[in-house]
Amino acid sequence: MSGQSFRIRDKGRIDRSKPVRFTFDGKSYEGFEGDTLASALIANGVHLIGRSFKYHRPRGILAAGSEEPNALIQLGGGNKSEPNLRATQIEIFDGLEAASQNRWPCLKFDVGAVNSVFHRLFPAGFYYKTFMWPASLWLKYEHVIRHAAGLGKAPPDRDPDRYEKVHAHADVLIVGGGPAGLAAALAAGKTGARVILADETADWGGSLLSESDCEIDGKEPARWVEESVAELEAMPEVTLVKRCTITGYYDHNYLTGLERVSDHLGAAPEHTPRQRLWKIRAKRVVLATGALERPLVFTDNDRPGVMLSSAVRTYVNRYGVLPGRKTVIFTNNDDAYRTALALEDAHGRVAAIVDVRTSVTGPLADAVRAKGITVYENHGIVSVQGTQKVTSVEVMQLDANGTGVTGTAKSVNCDLIAMSGGWNPTVHLFSQSKGKLTWDTEMAAFIPGTASQALASTGACNGTMGLADSLKEGLKLGAEAAREAGHKGRAPAAPKATEPEQGGLRPLWITPGKAKLGRKGKHFVDFQNDVTAADVQLAAREGYRSVEHLKRYTTTGMGTDQGKTSNVNALAILSDVLASDIPAVGTTTFRPPYTPATIGAYTGRNVGKLFEPVRKTRIDEWARANGAKFEHVGQWMRAWYFPKQGETFRQAIDREVKAVRDGCGILDASTLGKIDIQGPDAAEFLNRIYTNAWLKLGVGRCRYGLMLKEDGMVMDDGVTTCIGENHYHMTTTTGGAANVLSWLEEWHQTEWPDLKVFFSSVTEQWSVVAINGPKSRAVLQKLCEDVDFSAEAFPFMAMKEGTVAGIPARLYRISFTGELSFEINVPARYGLALWEALMEAGKEFDITPYGTETMHVLRAEKGFIIVGQETDGTVNPLDLGMDWIVSKKKPDFVGKRSLERESMASPDRKQLVGLLTEDPQTVLPEGGHVVEKLKPEPPMEMLGHVTSSYYSPNCGRSIAMALIKGGHARHGQTLHVPLEDKVVKVTVTEPRFFDLEGERIDG
Amino acid sequence: MLHITCPWCGPRDDNEFHYGGEAHILRPAAPEKLSDGEWAEYLFLKQNAKGPFLERWSHSAGCRQWFNVVRNTATDEIIEIYPMGELPKSPEGIKAYEGNWRRQSAAEKNAKAGVSGT
Ligand SMILES: [Zn+2]
Repeated sequence: MSGQSFRIRDKGRIDRSKPVRFTFDGKSYEGFEGDTLASALIANGVHLIGRSFKYHRPRGILAAGSEEPNALIQLGGGNKSEPNLRATQIEIFDGLEAASQNRWPCLKFDVGAVNSVFHRLFPAGFYYKTFMWPASLWLKYEHVIRHAAGLGKAPPDRDPDRYEKVHAHADVLIVGGGPAGLAAALAAGKTGARVILADETADWGGSLLSESDCEIDGKEPARWVEESVAELEAMPEVTLVKRCTITGYYDHNYLTGLERVSDHLGAAPEHTPRQRLWKIRAKRVVLATGALERPLVFTDNDRPGVMLSSAVRTYVNRYGVLPGRKTVIFTNNDDAYRTALALEDAHGRVAAIVDVRTSVTGPLADAVRAKGITVYENHGIVSVQGTQKVTSVEVMQLDANGTGVTGTAKSVNCDLIAMSGGWNPTVHLFSQSKGKLTWDTEMAAFIPGTASQALASTGACNGTMGLADSLKEGLKLGAEAAREAGHKGRAPAAPKATEPEQGGLRPLWITPGKAKLGRKGKHFVDFQNDVTAADVQLAAREGYRSVEHLKRYTTTGMGTDQGKTSNVNALAILSDVLASDIPAVGTTTFRPPYTPATIGAYTGRNVGKLFEPVRKTRIDEWARANGAKFEHVGQWMRAWYFPKQGETFRQAIDREVKAVRDGCGILDASTLGKIDIQGPDAAEFLNRIYTNAWLKLGVGRCRYGLMLKEDGMVMDDGVTTCIGENHYHMTTTTGGAANVLSWLEEWHQTEWPDLKVFFSSVTEQWSVVAINGPKSRAVLQKLCEDVDFSAEAFPFMAMKEGTVAGIPARLYRISFTGELSFEINVPARYGLALWEALMEAGKEFDITPYGTETMHVLRAEKGFIIVGQETDGTVNPLDLGMDWIVSKKKPDFVGKRSLERESMASPDRKQLVGLLTEDPQTVLPEGGHVVEKLKPEPPMEMLGHVTSSYYSPNCGRSIAMALIKGGHARHGQTLHVPLEDKVVKVTVTEPRFFDLEGERIDG
Repeated sequence: MLHITCPWCGPRDDNEFHYGGEAHILRPAAPEKLSDGEWAEYLFLKQNAKGPFLERWSHSAGCRQWFNVVRNTATDEIIEIYPMGELPKSPEGIKAYEGNWRRQSAAEKNAKAGVSGT
């Protein structure tokens, strides 16, 4: 073990009393509690972390936060494994297993790196240029690309971890726990407002934890942070959430946050989720998301050992590790000088500062020079030596306008380059909220402009870069937000803050190299997607002048980091080629999530049995105990069939189907949609909603009705019964119940509010048992003494109230089988009692329980349609041959005018027919295509498709229904259903197969 | 996710609501008097506004009541909420109502000639 030889003895917030062991690519290392994977690897001198996406170039660590584009890690193994995590965000724990990505066979020697040699094969838009044709080879190309390049790997099976969601409401949500965010929280919290403060890191303080050269109220910044957090924790209405990335800013101040609850512990403790999704509705939002440092675009700026200057400072001051022993600073602004001083303070040598500005003065420059550090003014880095770690650089003087270099190159030995190209305020959430950005010339960056939601931005994300100003602004905006949310209070006095004074920057978007751009070495703009300055320029020359097109063509700004470090650089280079202002070119759209989010967190507990609620009838228990197989119908679980010992599916169905027609079958029909309709205008309402006439339905009478949409297409069907004066009981399909109720409400409330009628769903209030078959009357009579069952007294399509097995019941003589049939409705809780009584009474008649499959076969034998099976929203009643139910006399009903259009009766519409297969034993697959002119292979002209298909034991053959073009005129024709392994010859018939005369209805 | 104030229940998340499309499409009172084209205008042709738009919502997972909303489709700002059967009162709503091509459509004239709902 080499030990943590890059650990700084007296710096950092890590806990040196708690060593942590972890592995990276199988090798064991030690770090300390409080380290990220990145800081622990740096402590161990490990800088080669991954290979780049396209060229497989060796890559190290660029940043210290969530913007990291290079150091992507596959964490853990098996189904807990997670790809594309940023080493800069992973908190280490004992036993952590990390692996680099995108390398084969190993990180130090990677076969794919030859891509780099053939880089001319990978110009801007290479995916589009290379893989345009032939399309059939695309899958092959993609497979190779994904294997050779690509990012991490998805786990092989389902996620074993548990996730939670929390719905929160806040007066003020503050995003970011740096100086401005903490100040805002203090001010808002003091008013008594309900405040949520979220930060994506494990520690409060943001940038303050990385600085050693500033003070707040005479205290070290970390001290001020501690005291502020303690004060906030004591406020009962303030909620502090660490490790919570606010990932999305949606309409009306609705934000989502992803809290990594136990990722840093390795395994989640009992009763603790792995991650938690926050859904927050806030009256006011204060964004204090800070700023991200920009890389400089210079030759081979992607080598391991090239790091953002502020990240270097973070590693030194916050984590106590030295990313290099000899550093060259490359900058266009003063902030990087703080890094130089921090390195010197930590006994790291600074070899030189290379500054593109022509003349550098001010306290920071003075302090640096006082340490004897050489400052190269008006210079740039023109080459970087060392592929797996920087070994030296060459610097040259810039020419008059900064587009070329002059003089001779000076070589400087170093193992680290700390670069700073200025700062981009983290405007992602502001932009997601539909706020307009404006260009700040002084900062050379986009800052928040006009907001379009109830929010404020403060601190660096607002372009307020100084510490004192950030604190003051945070306090002011925090108090303001609380007041706007209805609380009273003023902003507390701002603390006194001191920090080194800084001057301006010189935006130089491309640092010229020794050769023409793209010729020798690469100027990377987007590290993760391997997009260079030359690529951006080429794309612009090829006509990709819109920034959105540029993004997609070059892939800049895509990938898991969404261009956090690259977007503004790419934009600036594009606008330079276009000779246009940066704000005129504009930005690409910022979209959620801010950083990649675990899908499991969005799913939360809605997995497995909790995926969707399951609805069960009161008879479910009996069906289960009696061996029923079930099927899902919408959310309902319905008994599908009741196999006896050793029976196949087909044997069970054949037995059940025959039993109903020969004797008596019993079905749990409780799931049917039921709507209670009352009011003096109920009949008038039904008359407008259904296609047939409803004004003269007598009390105790039932009628079948068909509902159309206003476009004339079938929407639902069912039987509605007149229960009493101004009182009706409507039934709908099982799946359509909620829809139909909404439909009725909509027409009533929005179109005919003058009608006095009310609707109540009573689906769950009634248990329904249907008994069907010639013996059903005999069974029922045994249990019911107060109803006259004679055909004259109780005809088909009538309803009577009575007592069945001592239970008050409504008996409907309606039939979905064509047999003598009663649907017995009892208050829901008596459902099982009724069922058991009927089973007992039916024993002597061999009463047979059946499920949905037999129900389907029986109705198909009679040619009864099922809405949603024979119809699909494009089928009208004429297509179904149901003209008989469409009133010609009513002046209007929903769908009438549409149905009167000539084309609705066109003879070549798809119409419902029956199909009989040549071989009576062949059962067609539902969905099978029907063709007239058979060809050896597709494409063939398709006439329609099979909608229902069963074996009918009562017909002794297979039966099918189909929607066929011009079907009504095709009866008797022979057509074909080509299947994968054979072609089935069919004859077109009427869609009715059994009891064509309807003689069985009275038993 | 929108935050919508149901006139009966107060402010709720939009997943409690059901969207009902353009508001104030009057159903013709004598549909048989309309040509197929005029009927299709009523049935299929919808305003696709950028800016204030009059639309219907129903609080489907709450009180199940329908109501009208003036919403800016570009910003999702909810400008006004008002009951079924009434017309908007906000300047944006009035402008959007009056500026809608439908006000001059044959279907709307047909509806207004007969019994009218809104
Ligand atoms: Zn409501």
